[in-house]
Amino acid sequence: MPKGIIGKKLGMTQYFKDDGKVVPVTVVEAGPCVVAQVKTTEKDGYDAIQLGFGKTKASKMNKPLKGHFASKNIEKKRYLREFRNYSLDVSEGDEVTVADFSDGETVNVTGISKGKGFAGSVKRWNQSTGPNTHGSHFHRSPGSVGAVDARRVFKGHKMPGRMGHDQVTVQNLEIVKVDAERSLLLIKGSLPGPNKTILEIKTVDR
Amino acid sequence: MNIINEIEKEQMRDDIPEFATGDTVRLAVRVVEGGKERLQIYEGVVLKRNGGGLNESFTVRKISNGVGVERTFPVHSRKIAEFKVVRRGDVRKSRLYYLRDRRGKASRIKEKRD
Repeated sequence: MPKGIIGKKLGMTQYFKDDGKVVPVTVVEAGPCVVAQVKTTEKDGYDAIQLGFGKTKASKMNKPLKGHFASKNIEKKRYLREFRNYSLDVSEGDEVTVADFSDGETVNVTGISKGKGFAGSVKRWNQSTGPNTHGSHFHRSPGSVGAVDARRVFKGHKMPGRMGHDQVTVQNLEIVKVDAERSLLLIKGSLPGPNKTILEIKTVDR
Repeated sequence: MNIINEIEKEQMRDDIPEFATGDTVRLAVRVVEGGKERLQIYEGVVLKRNGGGLNESFTVRKISNGVGVERTFPVHSRKIAEFKVVRRGDVRKSRLYYLRDRRGKASRIKEKRD
């Protein structure tokens, strides 16, 4: 039963812990989120809550979304994300803030990674390069794609192509510090995506 | 970016005196040994200052029992309990790597007089 929050990646810095150790941290502006919908097994087939995050204008929304917020009479939010089996006891219209989290908690963070464009097989699949010098003409090309008697290339063969911009989850990260005043979370290590990426932060059950 | 600058500023120490490469500094470093904390004095010449802002660091070189020892600290480290500039050095380089090849009299540094 995890708890979760939606956040926006602000960038990386370092943090001096009380014992003198320096840890690399990513600063995330998390919440305040509003509970936009509570889904139950009886009604929807599964247990989940829907959180909303970020300011927006009514003019930027379509009619179904406007109706979704209006029917519950809650503030309009730009991003909506669902969290299954939510552990905090919340009802529609409640607020989830960083104050619900504490220092030292372990979290998984999901986001969209940086897009790398059309990448070669060396960068995309960590294939080895050929020698750059000594008369070599084989530098970063993919090499052989299979044997001759197969007369085709097998499915799933590692080739160049679009890389990045995928959903990535980084697991078991530590919340180094919770700043309730500015609604910030300092999470140890790097997180997916460029700055301003919208991230889902979920605690890990132990 | 603004919030990151704020977070970094909050963590910076303002009790560290101005110092430069070539200065002789005396540090009291917090050392945890067997669950107990004590202060260890470390004195030597600042070989270089590296980086800027919160992640700035400096390297101090000293000769301990005939062996050259270099330790690098973050300037804003919590482990530095005391920081004292003992002597200002007059040097012409920002990185004093040449000291590594010198011993005794040859490794002297002129004192800065204002």
